Amino acid sequence: MERMQQVVGRARAAFSSGRCRSLEFRLQQLKNLERMVQEKEKEILAALQSDLHKSGHNAYSHEILGVLVELALVMEKLPSWAAPQPVKKNLLTMRDEAYIYPEPLGVVLVIGAWNYPFTLIVQPLIGAIAAGNAVVVKPSEVSEHTSQLIADILPQYLDQELYPVVTGGVPETTELLTQRFDHILYTGNTAVGKIVMAAAAKHLTPVTLELGGKSPCYIDKDCDLAVACRRITWGKYMNCGQTCIAPDYILCEPSIQSQVVENIKATLQEFYGEDVKKSPDYERIVNKRHFRRIVSLLEGQKIAHGGETDEASCFIAPTILTDVSAESKVMEEEIFGPVLPIVSVKGVNEAIEFINSREKPLALYVFSNDKKLIKRVISETSSGGMTANDVLMHSTVRDLPFGGVGNSGMGAYHGKHSFETFSHRRACLIKDLKMEGMNKLRYPPGSQKKLDWAKFFILKRFDKVRLGLIFLALLGVVAAVMIKVMFP
Amino acid sequence: MEELRGHQPLGGDAGTAPEDEGGTSGNPYAGLVSRLRAAWLSGRTRPLEYRLAQLEALGRFLEEKKQDILEALDLDMRKPPFEAEFSEVLLCKNELNTTLNNLSCWMKDEQVDKNLATQLDTAFIRRDPYGVVLIIAPCNYPIYLLLVPLIGAIAAGNCVVIRPSETTKNSKRLAVEVLPRYLDKDCIAVVTAGVQETTRLLENKFDYIFFTGSPSVGRIVMTAAAKHLTPVTLELGGKNPCYVSDTCDVQNVARRVAWGRFFNAGQTCIAPDYILCSVEMKDKLVPALREAITTFYGPNPQESPDFARIVGDKQFRRVRALLCSGRVAIGGQTDEKERYIAPTVLVDVQPSDPAMQEEIFGPILLIITVASVEEAIDFINSHERPLVVYVFSSDNKVVNQVLEKTSSGSFCSNDTLMQVTLTSLPFGGIGSSGLGKYHGRFTFDTFTHHRGCLQRGTGLEPINTLRYPPYGPHKTGLVRAATTVKRQGECALL
Repeated sequence: MERMQQVVGRARAAFSSGRCRSLEFRLQQLKNLERMVQEKEKEILAALQSDLHKSGHNAYSHEILGVLVELALVMEKLPSWAAPQPVKKNLLTMRDEAYIYPEPLGVVLVIGAWNYPFTLIVQPLIGAIAAGNAVVVKPSEVSEHTSQLIADILPQYLDQELYPVVTGGVPETTELLTQRFDHILYTGNTAVGKIVMAAAAKHLTPVTLELGGKSPCYIDKDCDLAVACRRITWGKYMNCGQTCIAPDYILCEPSIQSQVVENIKATLQEFYGEDVKKSPDYERIVNKRHFRRIVSLLEGQKIAHGGETDEASCFIAPTILTDVSAESKVMEEEIFGPVLPIVSVKGVNEAIEFINSREKPLALYVFSNDKKLIKRVISETSSGGMTANDVLMHSTVRDLPFGGVGNSGMGAYHGKHSFETFSHRRACLIKDLKMEGMNKLRYPPGSQKKLDWAKFFILKRFDKVRLGLIFLALLGVVAAVMIKVMFP
Repeated sequence: MEELRGHQPLGGDAGTAPEDEGGTSGNPYAGLVSRLRAAWLSGRTRPLEYRLAQLEALGRFLEEKKQDILEALDLDMRKPPFEAEFSEVLLCKNELNTTLNNLSCWMKDEQVDKNLATQLDTAFIRRDPYGVVLIIAPCNYPIYLLLVPLIGAIAAGNCVVIRPSETTKNSKRLAVEVLPRYLDKDCIAVVTAGVQETTRLLENKFDYIFFTGSPSVGRIVMTAAAKHLTPVTLELGGKNPCYVSDTCDVQNVARRVAWGRFFNAGQTCIAPDYILCSVEMKDKLVPALREAITTFYGPNPQESPDFARIVGDKQFRRVRALLCSGRVAIGGQTDEKERYIAPTVLVDVQPSDPAMQEEIFGPILLIITVASVEEAIDFINSHERPLVVYVFSSDNKVVNQVLEKTSSGSFCSNDTLMQVTLTSLPFGGIGSSGLGKYHGRFTFDTFTHHRGCLQRGTGLEPINTLRYPPYGPHKTGLVRAATTVKRQGECALL
């Protein structure tokens, strides 16, 4: 498939032309992107409705709003992010300029996922453009309406050679991955994440992998159960459970299990009414394959609430499972659906042990009034990110890095972290050709005396005393004179 | 899903060499890795006091065993005592002291700006250790390139497996027999592994892999890491170009370039690999280089105590084979018994010559003539992106031009190698010269997972009502109005 080679080749030639490096160009493209989101809002909402039965409100607040916020932040901060960053110097480099200069990586690849098909393409794209790269965009074929829409509208607003959209399924993606990129950001599942990284390894391409896992949610006995369950219900059943950072399962003591169930039931009633199927605010499973996968997880489980399904419309009701065994199928893989298992633990110690005996998740949640307990859970576990006393919200704070660890991924983005992910931080030391006398210190023939002087100029001492810069500079001048005398 | 079962330590083994442990998988290192993972799960390596204690012990190793280190390096590659102490001990101590001075500050949670919705909450970035990490070191700076990553890995709170180079046998012996006496053996393990064994080592799951070496092996390491989704830092190499413009002080340039090229007999990943200059400059540079070499090493460098040797026989033969490129202007003598290659300058080198096909990694400096700085830039850009681009010029415009139009791990004008003495500069490659960066705080950040944390209260629940269904048109309208993002100083909710 030479098509991929041509698309990437054109993007590389466009990048090499240098036109996407100026700040003005980048800001112009970002402004165009903003215009696209505003002018094509109706079409975007319609595509999301077709792909996921996402209501206008949900589609706007979960996909479009985040993109607009990111755009505003990036356009405001880009000049300061892209500026060279001076660093602390030592005595020897006192007269020199030393700084870190952010530069574009080159041609980057962004592979999107189907669950938030618009924002998971556009958010990384914003960071990649801001960093001055050419970007090949590959939306997920599973969310076909959004994918086709992106392929249609992006070229109408952005430079077509620098930011091409590639559509297609597995064969096209496989072919794309044989090409050489300077960074790949992939959002999706662990299995494909490994394939992406292996393909990247052939070209020594750095990767950011936004994967998934089972995000645990520990509910402590000592917490406002009504509020906790409300928030958990919101995060779990949003997008019909198809959210990478949704609380996957609950851990709590058996004594509060039935209360938890009752609270969630009441909240579900409040959110979606008597007949969930009729609520315009409840989404559907993206396709039959995932529908069947999730339904099979219900086998042999105690359904405390929900469980109704309708294959024709890919509808699965908000479901709660109780007394779930840790070894059951529903506890093996990421659920990615509106099924919430509750696993009993005797307390926070067992909860921490349980969490640590499994792969590191993308998100971790803990509900408690006890600040010390929350501190413990954070310190004794590992996860991509976490929120205490709520769910999902850490992903809305732009300055927090959003990414996984271990099986849930590597690297991060959002806000400034996107810019840094897609930039190369080039260390620069700018010297002049004067003061050659000083260099005699380091030239052969070597001597102990020379070493002692070298130590004076370079070695950082382990002590608490910070000498003032001016004092150090004076010392340096004295030393320079002495060296000129000692090593003619 | 086969990894979901978790990491249970294998029964009973304690204190045996890796080769003796079969483990259930048959991998010779599985037992060791399991032991380290159990140590990691115990949480021992996490407190600040523990990390400081290990680092201070490392400092004592460098102090007390300095003579042994210098002797080992002398035996391994005739590394001159000045070079050895400067690059392997002094620079290492620099990194150590930077870390010791700043670790408690680096470990603190980093508070971040919040939006209006989270204004009353605490949002911070927590630096979590990864777990059990692997460091693979090369042969050219066998102590420095082993210990500097180790410093960061310990500082970050991890358990560490380090694999010193097999080629530098005396340095390896120090790392295997002496270093462990200073460190906590349960949490920091030194393994020996040649090529085959390293492949077996890489089959185990690590939580981070730090590799210094060649791009071809870097690919192998990253491919192995992909099977376990292990993040990596690869410090590789390439051909570092050195553009010398016509406006410069030739003597100073010659000294600085010669020093950078012939330090450690050229076996430095950031050494200038080839010079690009005009014909006129070449004619001035060659005699200036000759003078610099004589000043540094005397009329017969083979007799100078300040000039190193090639690290191994295989490497010697590889570098010697590059001498047939172009024409020898200075040096060119070799002595296989000593693995000695004289400080050499080759001119009239063609892009198709052997010396231009691979990183030289030896005491051979190429001079290639170009007609202009633009031609030099094109030449540089037609090759793989290197670790460093060097420029020598008194004209700032020229320096900036090369800086802007090329891409490399780092950039240094009017000197060579000195950028590594600054622990505040990130050190790493781009493209085939590597991925990731370290030194100073960057090493600590390399070995930590930056975890986004948000701590909320359960009060003020009514604020959240906006986000809950059911969504009528009025709620949607409210959300839009309240969160409409305006710029230029107007208020926004998010």
